[in-house]
Amino acid sequence: MATDAKRRAAEALLHVLPLPGHEAGWAREARAAARTRLLEAGAPVRRDEYWKYTDPARLTAPIAAVDATEARPDFESQFGEVHPRRVRFVNGHFRPDLSDELTQGGLTAATLADVLQQDLCFARDLFGRLEAAGQEKVARPLAALNTACATEGLVLHVTGTVAQPLHLRHDQVGEGACLLHHLIRVEPGASLMLLESGTVTNKVIEIDVADGGSFQHVRLQEGPRAPSAGHIFVRLGAEAQFKTFTLTADGEMTRNEVVVEFTGAGAVGHVAGAVLAKGESHIDNTVFVTHGAEGCESRQVFKNVLTDRAHGIFQGKIFVRPAGQKTDGYQISQAVLLNDGAEFLAKPELEIYADDVKCSHGSTTGRLDEAAMFYLRSRGVPQPEAEAMLVAAFAEEAFAEIDNEALADAMRAHVARWMAERYR
Amino acid sequence: MLEVKNLHVKLEEEDKVILKGVDLTVEAGKVHAIMGPNGSGKSTLSYVLSGREGYEVTMGSATLDGEDLLEMEPEERAALGLFMAFQYPVEIPGVGNMTFLRTALNSQRKARGEPEITAPDFLKLVREKAKALKIDAEMLKRPVNVGFSGGEKKRNEILQMAVLQPRMCILDETDSGLDVDAMKLVAEGVNALRSPDRAFLVITHYQRLLDHIRPDVVHIMSDGRIVETGGPELALRVEAEGYTHLDDADLENSGA
Repeated sequence: MATDAKRRAAEALLHVLPLPGHEAGWAREARAAARTRLLEAGAPVRRDEYWKYTDPARLTAPIAAVDATEARPDFESQFGEVHPRRVRFVNGHFRPDLSDELTQGGLTAATLADVLQQDLCFARDLFGRLEAAGQEKVARPLAALNTACATEGLVLHVTGTVAQPLHLRHDQVGEGACLLHHLIRVEPGASLMLLESGTVTNKVIEIDVADGGSFQHVRLQEGPRAPSAGHIFVRLGAEAQFKTFTLTADGEMTRNEVVVEFTGAGAVGHVAGAVLAKGESHIDNTVFVTHGAEGCESRQVFKNVLTDRAHGIFQGKIFVRPAGQKTDGYQISQAVLLNDGAEFLAKPELEIYADDVKCSHGSTTGRLDEAAMFYLRSRGVPQPEAEAMLVAAFAEEAFAEIDNEALADAMRAHVARWMAERYR
Repeated sequence: MLEVKNLHVKLEEEDKVILKGVDLTVEAGKVHAIMGPNGSGKSTLSYVLSGREGYEVTMGSATLDGEDLLEMEPEERAALGLFMAFQYPVEIPGVGNMTFLRTALNSQRKARGEPEITAPDFLKLVREKAKALKIDAEMLKRPVNVGFSGGEKKRNEILQMAVLQPRMCILDETDSGLDVDAMKLVAEGVNALRSPDRAFLVITHYQRLLDHIRPDVVHIMSDGRIVETGGPELALRVEAEGYTHLDDADLENSGA
């Protein structure tokens, strides 16, 4: 139960955000339940164990939602040779005028606002449900706030193999808070690749991958950005495949939480990321994987490249329920510090209630190998390129988590560019 | 080509003097050998010339074709034509051997204002050089030196030398850890590179490598100085008598 102060802070958060308009009964119930979750947990504070390394103050300052704007931010492809269909949100509003046709074979799309007004919809088993389930062990009040208040988002229903990936692009123009809530349901045997770029103040994505379904996600967060907190909640059925990779570069403060629950046997869930942080940048990857079914494989692979006074944070947990026999869990978080001022803080955790599991975790922090550096330079490779080669090699394990080689190359190119910019 | 004058060097961290006035001139087209007991400063000389950190030059100079090596970054020395074959080549996981070699070659060419080599030309060049050193395609594909045997690592060093075509080659204890066959292969690779405008400085503890790479001049190093210089026969004498008598010579030379 929250302290009075935390509860009051939570009320303040709710107060500034507009109340959702007319919605179906189930949606109103989901929102009420989320409000209760938020008020019971209270707004997060630094004293909370889960926020020990990341000060939530900049993520919880109550700011009124920004107005819809007529802004038309430029769009450039950030995913190299992959040519996805564009889905654009500007200041939290869907912009069909800037987007491509969404419906294609195996995929139907709608906005959250539309879906929440419908009485019968697959989304009623999804909206706020995975978010609530993801708070069983740890309170995630910012996600509850999102479910309580977010009125916009994308709802994807994947019923077959979707040929062309989607690129979900978020632009935020000007000051103010911006909430988005996306819902994705992948039916048995269906598959989708979702690319994502940009961040908003507070975003929740709930992803339900049914038996034998497949969902791949590659996300890019780069450039000067306002503070952002994002949650991805994933439920995986039997034999489902889920892979998410996030490249986060700079930005004042980024907190990415990924919460995965295995509910069917033999599924695979990989959560990977690369972090590039300079200046005063603060980047937090928090991952919670629950093995609630037999014979599932999970991997968490995070590589941090930090310089100046930047902070990289990794909190990763593998939680194995008694039903999670034959679990294969792996977790690695590593950082290379390019100078003395940067800092990496890691909290790897295992909590296991099954007796026949294989779980391993590791975390390292260090410099680039000086002997390797000298070796490269002695062959004529200038220091900036030598550093870039060693950084690329360091991060490779995370890039290897991206199944699509063209996408992996696009992500590698972002790292190379970031490294080159350090010496401009 | 390479001119080292009165070079004094100490370890930065320990305040320990290692080189106490090295004088050495290597002319183009020649092979010079430096022999000496362990701890005499042979490897330090090669590190200082190639620009490794951790050493402080307190006196003296080192130039390559008149250019001050000691003022340059390691990559600038390489672009100028200096190459050191490492005694312990470094393993670099995640960096492909070919990528590394192409980046190195093109970096050097760029620094010298030359055009970059095209991918097909590079491939052709590496394959040709690799074949002579019995380096197979598999080795070229692997990360730099990772999982290589001692002999493979040394052959990889010579391959880099053959591709980069430096003018001044320093071989630091290249024979260490090699069996006779591997040593012959390495020596053949070096001999193939001998030319009137290229010089070699072969640093070795034992004379056996010099059976395969015939030096023009042999220097004996002891306690941070070159104490004796002669022809190939000097190496044979060391082989027969060891380094013991040289300590006496060193004492005589230094007037103690």
